[in-house]
Amino acid sequence: MIKELTCINCPLGCSLRAEVEIVDGNPVVTSVTGNTCPRGEAYAKKELTHPTRIITSTVRVHGGRLAAVPVKTASDIPKEKIFDVMEVLRGIDVNAPVHLGDVVVENVAGTGVAIVATRTVE
Amino acid sequence: MKTSVVIVGGGPAGLAAAVSCYDAGVKDILILERDNCLGGILNQCIHNGFGLHTFKEELTGPEYAARYVAMAAEREIPYKLNTMVLNIEPQADGTKLVTAVNTEGLMEITAEAVVLAMGCRERPRGALNIPGFRPAGIYSAGTAQRFVNIDGVMPGKRVVILGSGDIGLIMARRMTLEGAKVLAVAELMPYSGGLKRNIVQCLNDYDIPLKLSTTVTKIHGQKHLTGVTLQKVDERRRPIPGTEEYYDCDTLLLSCGLLPENELSSQAGVQLSPVTSGPVVTSSLETSVPGVFACGNVLHVHDLVDYVSAEASTAGKHAAEYVCNPDHTEARKLRLRTEGGARYTVPVYAEPEKMEPQLKVYFRVGDVYKNAVLTVSALLPDGERKELSRKKKNVMAPGEMEQVFLKKDDLLPLPAGSEIIVKVEGNA
Ligand SMILES: Cc1cc2nc3c(=O)[nH]c(=O)nc-3n(C[C@H](O)[C@H](O)[C@H](O)COP(=O)(O)OP(=O)(O)OC[C@H]3O[C@@H](n4cnc5c(N)ncnc54)[C@H](O)[C@@H]3O)c2cc1C
Ligand code: SF4
Repeated sequence: MIKELTCINCPLGCSLRAEVEIVDGNPVVTSVTGNTCPRGEAYAKKELTHPTRIITSTVRVHGGRLAAVPVKTASDIPKEKIFDVMEVLRGIDVNAPVHLGDVVVENVAGTGVAIVATRTVE
Repeated sequence: MKTSVVIVGGGPAGLAAAVSCYDAGVKDILILERDNCLGGILNQCIHNGFGLHTFKEELTGPEYAARYVAMAAEREIPYKLNTMVLNIEPQADGTKLVTAVNTEGLMEITAEAVVLAMGCRERPRGALNIPGFRPAGIYSAGTAQRFVNIDGVMPGKRVVILGSGDIGLIMARRMTLEGAKVLAVAELMPYSGGLKRNIVQCLNDYDIPLKLSTTVTKIHGQKHLTGVTLQKVDERRRPIPGTEEYYDCDTLLLSCGLLPENELSSQAGVQLSPVTSGPVVTSSLETSVPGVFACGNVLHVHDLVDYVSAEASTAGKHAAEYVCNPDHTEARKLRLRTEGGARYTVPVYAEPEKMEPQLKVYFRVGDVYKNAVLTVSALLPDGERKELSRKKKNVMAPGEMEQVFLKKDDLLPLPAGSEIIVKVEGNA
């Protein structure tokens, strides 16, 4: 089966064509074309088997110069966990100061991935 | 007050220009920023996707800004916050008189060179060219982005977005993540104005429909927005009767593109391009006013901050050269022109003697072109054409900035009066 998709790893947005075979009931990507760099191939393989995303959002801050601090998942998380992660973020707040790179939540929503601050709020 | 170089705007462009100017040996620099912090628009762009080219890693906007703020801090480059530049006036002796205001009052700074790095602003609401009330609940996408990401406030719960520019797409995802229902993104044109990757990861991921050739034709609600009517448009962008669809919503975001912010530039006598609304510059990124340089979104709207930083480094370096080299005789200029699908080029002039071995020329196309062929040729004064390069591209779209390289060795032998033609052909 041929699947067409757009690589989202950089703004070039290469159009990828991936050949997918079902082996023991699981999709396996056997070839990828159209990518400009190796990230495109890795993306197609992941996207068609277990898609992941980096999530960015904000968390409320108390006593800081700003009302919210921007955060991100330290690495990509399974796509189906996105709303679980958002739920956790809505439920927490932090006290200033928060520094860029600080871990705000460890192992968010059981993903094994941390939430880190992406800006310093003093 | 006197300084060698004044940089107007402390966003990524201003910061990168300051750093490269410093590294090129001119250390007497002052950055003037009207906001209360450095970093520019990136502070509100909390999503990831910045810096892949510059830092080989994917950063969020604030992280990318922090890197450049740190580089400027390492060099102890002075800056003034909450300081708005009001006027730039070229003086008879070649210096520029920069007038700015902050809480301490009005200040005048005499600079040898000025780098314009004021960024851009969102196209005004004019895009929403419909009669009737303007109830509360209508925001530009960038304003909504500031509310949500900096102030932590959600403008509404049921959202329609008009315009498929990147900020609108990013906000569709952002508001969905924060629990709002984004009902649709309507786009007047038959193609999206945003990057493909943002269609995939901001709309498709969340099943948000993108309605092309569609616009808002009616606003409902008097004090507060209660809904909008979307309607299909024909090839001439006229609403098609009978295609009206009502959407029950409390928020309408307008994402109708960005415009370089150039009031200051035109006051200073800088010639602007009617196509980009940004200054007409040479390969040194110098404007029509000698010693005034421009870079970043004030020059032309970029989708990629990495390109902004690269461009700003070039501007900063040439500003330093201008200051170091008191002989300001004009260099030979070859004009760049566009043909076919290409709408504009930045720069507009190449200076073969002054340019780097390779000059990156940015341009955009005016329509979607498939199986496009991009050629660069030299048009000699006697009318002869010499092809310099030829490249095939599967797709070219107005939403994506394109680039092509010119080689110094190709341009040096060209006689004065030659022009460089950047041409895009393909199936529109
Ligand atoms: C909402 C949005 C989303 C984006 N998303 C992405 C993305 O995902 N990936 C990516 O790579 N790029 C993205 N970009 C593009 C990138 O952020 C911009 O191209 C880049 O920030 C432009 O930098 P700049 O320094 O030219 O302008 P700005 O960042 O706008 O900085 C200009 C600065 O000048 C100051 N200023 C203006 N006028 C004056 C004055 N008169 N006196 C003093 N100061 C003044 C302003 O306050 C501002 O701080 C996005 C842009 C926007 C607007
Ligand atoms: S394949 Fe490489 S170059 Fe193409 S979009 Fe993906 S990351 Fe970018």
